[in-house]
Amino acid sequence: MIYSDKVMDHFQNPRNVGVIPDADGVGEVGNPVCGDMMTFYIKVKDNRLEDVKFQTFGCGAAIAVSSMVSEMAKGKTLDEAMTITNRLVAEELGGLPKNKLHCSNLGADALHAAIENYKDKQKSEEKGASMAVDLHEHEGCACPYCDGPLEEGEAEYCKACQIELEECPACGGITKKGDATCIHCGKTLAG
Amino acid sequence: MKKAYFDHIAATPLHPEALQAMLPYLGEVYGNPQSLHSAGQQALAAVESAREEVAGLIGAASEEIFFVSSGSEANNFAIRGLAQAYQAKGKHIVVSAIEHQSVLNPVKSLEKLGFSSTSVAVDGAGRVDPGDVEKALRKDTILASVMTANSEVGTIEPVAEIARICRSRSVLFHTDAVAAAGSLPLDVRALGADALSLAGDQFYGPKGAAALFLKKGTRILPLIEGGIQEGGRRAGTENVAGIVGLGKAAAIAKSEMEARTARLRPFRDLLIEELPRRVEHVVLTGHRTDRLPHHASFCVEFIEGEGMLLFLDMQGISVSSGSACTSKALKASHVLLAMGLDHALAQGSLVFSLIDGTGPEAIDHLFEVFPPVVERLRKMSPLYTQHLKERTP
Repeated sequence: MIYSDKVMDHFQNPRNVGVIPDADGVGEVGNPVCGDMMTFYIKVKDNRLEDVKFQTFGCGAAIAVSSMVSEMAKGKTLDEAMTITNRLVAEELGGLPKNKLHCSNLGADALHAAIENYKDKQKSEEKGASMAVDLHEHEGCACPYCDGPLEEGEAEYCKACQIELEECPACGGITKKGDATCIHCGKTLAG
Repeated sequence: MKKAYFDHIAATPLHPEALQAMLPYLGEVYGNPQSLHSAGQQALAAVESAREEVAGLIGAASEEIFFVSSGSEANNFAIRGLAQAYQAKGKHIVVSAIEHQSVLNPVKSLEKLGFSSTSVAVDGAGRVDPGDVEKALRKDTILASVMTANSEVGTIEPVAEIARICRSRSVLFHTDAVAAAGSLPLDVRALGADALSLAGDQFYGPKGAAALFLKKGTRILPLIEGGIQEGGRRAGTENVAGIVGLGKAAAIAKSEMEARTARLRPFRDLLIEELPRRVEHVVLTGHRTDRLPHHASFCVEFIEGEGMLLFLDMQGISVSSGSACTSKALKASHVLLAMGLDHALAQGSLVFSLIDGTGPEAIDHLFEVFPPVVERLRKMSPLYTQHLKERTP
């Protein structure tokens, strides 16, 4: 088997699967191009993650990672939860196959996005104004398909997805080279 | 646990008669076919008789058969070897968009050596239009390669028509028949192919034994240089036992093909008919009727193939998927994308390819196990949740 027993356990019996309809924060990462998408829902009480739920479209590793993150995060303070990294999650799972480390190991990112989303909501409530939530603020340095980091000066190629990327002239977002339209703004790209 | 193997396209079991035929060449007959002594000559006789059997499967002459190690080697050999032998005539190659990587990647490598290529698109069923191949041919085109049938979606390509067009334009035609040979009746003369790849592990022969048919008089440069084995076109001591197994499997395939097809096709049709009926949002991939007789492939919406593959495996069912996650490179199947499927749908790819001996109990087992597996994964899927939301007003 390509996966550790712990990965298989979390894949077969994922903890905390589901949707929180009145979530305090929602975070999404990934894209079907890469094969993995994760959505995390959090409920926050007294600065603690009272409940964490997730839904995942993806391989066994992606499902196990999501499950592991939800278990690691539940009950933690927001600050503690922000210290959970993708690397720690992989370690906690007893390792992941090398080729899955990038694409499928996005659970911590999704959790962090949900926490950021919660914080943004708090801020906008404080200000009494609604603020657009930018889930994609890291895009400048991450592949838009797998959210894996792009190395400095290598923004044109994602090693994990093995695809060529380019900057959309209209919105400045990173999108797949050769696609008809930009993944972010939908503008037609020059062939 | 009940077992059901639906992964013919990955490997077929070794036919017991092929195994029996091979055993002496893993034991007492250990001579090198190139040796002049009788131990060697005994091995040589076995290799040559296997050559006749393989030739017989595709209507070729035995001297037109070259043994290699795999379907991938046969494809590499054909593409690189023919392109380099004919490059004085031109440096342009035409391939279909859904060829195996062992055709596409050598073409890419040749591009670094100054060759150029044109990729011919396919329709939604994965079919190449011969007219499109004709349009892609240029004055400097020396070689076209279109597969006989695609292993991922099962679609059979109109290769005889494409070969005819190539011949009329003096372009060499190669077909990757790895998925088709042994399962579809093939005659290289009727087909009009100049080169054809086949592999024994796709028709109950051993792994590690395959062949390239090369029409008499066609020049080719070897991939592996050294001794004079295979007429100097493929150096290296022959895989005698493997070749013997391949020959035996070819002979059995020839006599058994009709009966095998008659046994497997009804199950294929049942899968195509029933699976989308038993589970919502399951779409057939490839051509509905013009497809390999043992092949039923689908995309299951809202979920990803690897999860299905693993859950089915836990229930004793072996299948393939063309999803990004199941590929080591984590890239979605170029075949499904070329057919116009979007990435999310392509991730739900599942291929059921039947082996001889599959009975109704295996299909029943699948029908029982499959719906709950899909349901389980869909419950976890944000795409399915979104779909349900959009459906309820």
